[in-house]
Amino acid sequence: MSVRSRKAVGGGFALLTGAAAALVVLMLAVILLDVARGGAGRLSWEFLTAAPSEGMTAGGIFPAIYGTAVMTLVMTVAVMPVGVMTAIYLHEYAPPTSRLAAAVRVAVTNLAGVPSIVFGLFGLGFFIQFVGRGLDRVFSEPGTLRFGQPALLWASLTLAILTLPVVIVATEEALRAVPRDHRDASLALGATRSQTLARVVLPGALPGILTGAILAVARGAGEVAPILFTGVAYFLPDLPTSPFSQFMHLGYHTYVLATQSPDVEATRPLLYATVLVLLLLTFALNLVAIAIRTRTRRRAAAGH
Amino acid sequence: MKAIEAAGGAGAPRTPRAAMRRRQVREGLIEAVVTLVALTGIAAVVLIFVFVAREAIPLFTDPEIAKEVDLGRMFLPRVTRAGRPPGFIWQPVGAIPKYSMIPLLLGTLKVTIVAMAVAAPAGVAAALFTSEFAPPRLKEVLKPTIELLAGIPSVVLGFFALMVMATWLQTAFGFSFRLNAVVAGLGLALTIVPVVFTVSEDALAAVPRSYREASLALGATRWETAFRVVLPAAAPGVLAAIVLGFGRAIGETMIVLMASGNAAITSWSFGESVRTLPATIAAEMGEVVVGGAHYAVLFFIGVELFVFTFVLNGLAAWSVRRLVRRMSGAAA
Repeated sequence: MSVRSRKAVGGGFALLTGAAAALVVLMLAVILLDVARGGAGRLSWEFLTAAPSEGMTAGGIFPAIYGTAVMTLVMTVAVMPVGVMTAIYLHEYAPPTSRLAAAVRVAVTNLAGVPSIVFGLFGLGFFIQFVGRGLDRVFSEPGTLRFGQPALLWASLTLAILTLPVVIVATEEALRAVPRDHRDASLALGATRSQTLARVVLPGALPGILTGAILAVARGAGEVAPILFTGVAYFLPDLPTSPFSQFMHLGYHTYVLATQSPDVEATRPLLYATVLVLLLLTFALNLVAIAIRTRTRRRAAAGH
Repeated sequence: MKAIEAAGGAGAPRTPRAAMRRRQVREGLIEAVVTLVALTGIAAVVLIFVFVAREAIPLFTDPEIAKEVDLGRMFLPRVTRAGRPPGFIWQPVGAIPKYSMIPLLLGTLKVTIVAMAVAAPAGVAAALFTSEFAPPRLKEVLKPTIELLAGIPSVVLGFFALMVMATWLQTAFGFSFRLNAVVAGLGLALTIVPVVFTVSEDALAAVPRSYREASLALGATRWETAFRVVLPAAAPGVLAAIVLGFGRAIGETMIVLMASGNAAITSWSFGESVRTLPATIAAEMGEVVVGGAHYAVLFFIGVELFVFTFVLNGLAAWSVRRLVRRMSGAAA
């Protein structure tokens, strides 16, 4: 082949890969535009603050927003200490050849790959049937169930386990970005390992840890499969009042409106507006996380 | 020093040696707690398997359940109506419940094939473009943009596949069923592409610069370098990306639940409605009797999904280790 034809063929291939990249970006744009166009008209203050009414063909989504927010908050409180401490163990305490650390890493990778519906089964089998029913046997009147049924707490804890790898990976990356010199300097000044961690390493890693938290929240807020049998409800007249109440959820509400509406045409605008809210929420969180991460990486690459 | 001693708490020890010992004890304690908490990850994986399997075990031990279902009835063809050839039927609710896994496995396979046929080439090609051809400015925009697609909740992608893509595809191909394996598969591809893209891109970026420079110096063009040098060098990582995408496709629930039509039909036609393993769990768990045969079978499906993805993840991890070894060997 002559150089020119080789270049022409190559240009064709490069163009093809470019077309693939463009196609992916185009699909993203189409989804966003479709949701924005379909949902913007129905979005209003009232929609955000009112409860659904008339068989979900009117009203708003406030209980679903509230449920999602509370569930995500409980999840975050549960997952952050565990995730950050695991990353600290992996990066700060475990020796490089540690078998235990290797096992933790393998487990975390596998945890990240477990299908979300299996988390739902786990939540049902472990938190509700095992822990909840166990608590009922001890604390509840015989024959009544206080803990052994779907609840906000069980859903939050299920999602905390699902998002654990997200927090660990982000925190470890953040710890890696703290220069070794900082640790050495602190230790050389007589600080102990834990003092170095608390006053030097963790403050330096804070933006990265925050990124992890945001990514976990974005992921947790959007997952529906794990909460299907662990706490979410189709419709509730009241907001959840205790960790053992059931709750409404934006993602599940989307699923319900999209698949189980008695009047598809009447729910369509509500459905689009709900999706828009869910998307704005997870998207805004993701954008913030990506922005922080890009800045941290760039700074790390520039040698601080 | 003062601050550090103060941090030692009330009743500070008098002698420096005692202070030192106290400090050591405290440090040891902190390390022990951190190590203990780090075991949560391992505990989680073990508990997930144990507790999902625990609910499926009555399938093999409970004589009441054995009357309704056993392994043979889940996987072998059965005569369900006199005079008809033996077949595979999933019909867990009815006078005689039928629990054949075959239509569900086939449905999962069909949807996964469609998703991978689109997502694997698109993801790898987009990664190749980003890593090898895109100017740095474009690269910096392209990567986070495609990663944003991974941030869209799957229920939203399911909604999009159900409301928008199903209509487009029916107009384009004239499917007799609006919701089918192709719609669900293409919806699924939306969530697989970013997985394949991100992992492949990382693998391609890990190929040392010297490879590219050597190839270009020998007179190869940029695309020859990309396809014949960089891509083969990164092959284990790209393979891992595809395997991970495959695992994700098998386990994804909401998109398929919303866009596949959910009919458990044993057929190879991609234009018919399908029901997948995860969607079956999601759709039916709400209506089962806890502890009954149907309940145990749904948990058994969960065990299958766990094992599938566990094996695929192991395969991907092994592939990535090969890549790392190859690349670190090259750097030496």
